Amino acid sequence: MDIIVCIKRVPDATEAEIEVSRDGQSIDTEDLTFGISEWDNFAVEEAISIKEEHGGSVTAISIGDEDSEDVLRRALAMGADRAVLVSDAVFEGSDAFATARILHQVVSQHQFDLVLTGAIASDTSAGQVGGMLAAMLDVPQVALATDMSIEGSKAVVQHEVEGGLERVVELELPALVTVQSGINEPRYVSIRGIRKVAGEEIPVIDAGSLGIDVSELGRAGSRVRLNELFISAEGEGAEILEGSTEEVADQLIERMRERGVL
Amino acid sequence: MPKILVVAEFVGGSLDETAQELAGAARMLAATASQDYSVSAVVLGEGLSEASAGLALWFDEVFVFDDASYAVPDAEVYGAAVAPLVEREQPRLVLIPHTNNGMDLAPWLAIRGERTMVTDCLSLEWSGESIEAVRMMYSSKVQARVTVDPSAKGFLITVRPGAYSVPDGAPGPSGSVIAESSAAGAAPRRRFVRTVTPGVEDVDITQADLLVSIGRGIEEEENLEIVEKLAVALGAEVSCSRPVADKKWLPKTRQVGTSGATVKPKMYLAIGISGSFQHLGGLKGSPFIAAINSDARAPIFEVAQVGIVGDLFDVVPVLTEKLEALNS
Repeated sequence: MDIIVCIKRVPDATEAEIEVSRDGQSIDTEDLTFGISEWDNFAVEEAISIKEEHGGSVTAISIGDEDSEDVLRRALAMGADRAVLVSDAVFEGSDAFATARILHQVVSQHQFDLVLTGAIASDTSAGQVGGMLAAMLDVPQVALATDMSIEGSKAVVQHEVEGGLERVVELELPALVTVQSGINEPRYVSIRGIRKVAGEEIPVIDAGSLGIDVSELGRAGSRVRLNELFISAEGEGAEILEGSTEEVADQLIERMRERGVL
Repeated sequence: MPKILVVAEFVGGSLDETAQELAGAARMLAATASQDYSVSAVVLGEGLSEASAGLALWFDEVFVFDDASYAVPDAEVYGAAVAPLVEREQPRLVLIPHTNNGMDLAPWLAIRGERTMVTDCLSLEWSGESIEAVRMMYSSKVQARVTVDPSAKGFLITVRPGAYSVPDGAPGPSGSVIAESSAAGAAPRRRFVRTVTPGVEDVDITQADLLVSIGRGIEEEENLEIVEKLAVALGAEVSCSRPVADKKWLPKTRQVGTSGATVKPKMYLAIGISGSFQHLGGLKGSPFIAAINSDARAPIFEVAQVGIVGDLFDVVPVLTEKLEALNS
């Protein structure tokens, strides 16, 4: 079972106050920590646990600058066998389509039975690269997996569908599965574990080694362009209670009374 | 005349509300375009006569795939039917609801249909031949305005459920209903096994009047205790957002959201929950929403009636004490 898992390094915005930079083209990342996209972490764990059960190999692939080595090294520490960094200045500004095209070229250079991606990326929240990649690879796919197993030449995948239901489907391998968060409990990565793989070489693939015209990559090859980022008005709807902790607690109880819920 | 094609979802025996929402979005785009557009819909399922008549009130044309083979929504089966239709009809714009099934189908269809794709849009407007879309990034904390240039064939865009409201009343004359059937293609490589209905455990949060709901802000499993105490003082049940269920700190049956339970309480007290649309999608019946969050910009404050910006570890114990004092 040879598995490829596609991962992305992103700023962690979940518990942070986010500011947009002056030019409106990015967020201020000075005070943010970076790491593997939440969904991708579950995908790495899933890949490694399948390998542990069925044998084979796990190859982690990331597109990004040299800092993305961090998330690849983390995947190695979790148990991936190989990591590949796909990095070139001309990739910058790639939209999801251009990103899927780059991944398609890289993945096609490998033997694989299964490709795993996160269902969405924590930064863009778009949820499209995995499905696009499956279409380009011409393999069956399923989105939002919450459980999966390998049975012979098939992947049996439970995934989220309409109305809070889940559905089980069988995919013929090779296949691509996008992973929903919560599918497993990703293993802990210790600093010692990271140190162990510090010496492992991570090959870098650049645009020259892919069979794509540079005009189809990065900003030039992208049809979705960012105009501006903005943050909608603070507390648009809510009446924000002011005062000490005691005072706001009293006011909240008062509001509950007014609404007849107490 | 160029077309806008809406993929209508037929689930659980009826049309999903997004079909009408996207009818509204499509009509708005048709009315504001520099040339005349017609608006069409495609629907797949089994037993669609009522649904297709309903869609015909909203769309100029309704393409209907009504067959037992479409009874269970499946991205591969549906895609194999819709892709040739898109190829034949050449809509300039395909609109798909950003639901779980929509997310399963849309990226594949965008590649097969060679159309520029953008997902989870909150609003759309023309900008010359391009479309300007607003969508959310970074845990719904930042909005992005993007320009989407069409490919030679056009666009494929997914729209967030609820982003467009259902228009008041159907626009009028009935459109035509066109029965479709798809030629037998290659054998499917993805097969339906079964549908799973999540079981209800000890507590059914969908029936609760008062919910104290906890999110990522709780930080550690041990900290759940302070929220449980508050719930007892309020006579409420405890529910949660996705990160808490993902970590198995509470069972999945306590998760509120589009991938969890749909709840309709009288009061929803959201603690340490930022308020992603997937989470808010599970909240119905216009409850009184109060939120406690340390991030003043958390999207939950946009839907809450009352908010406390502060550390939940300070506020929750004080609130609990005061409620306990009232109870005794």
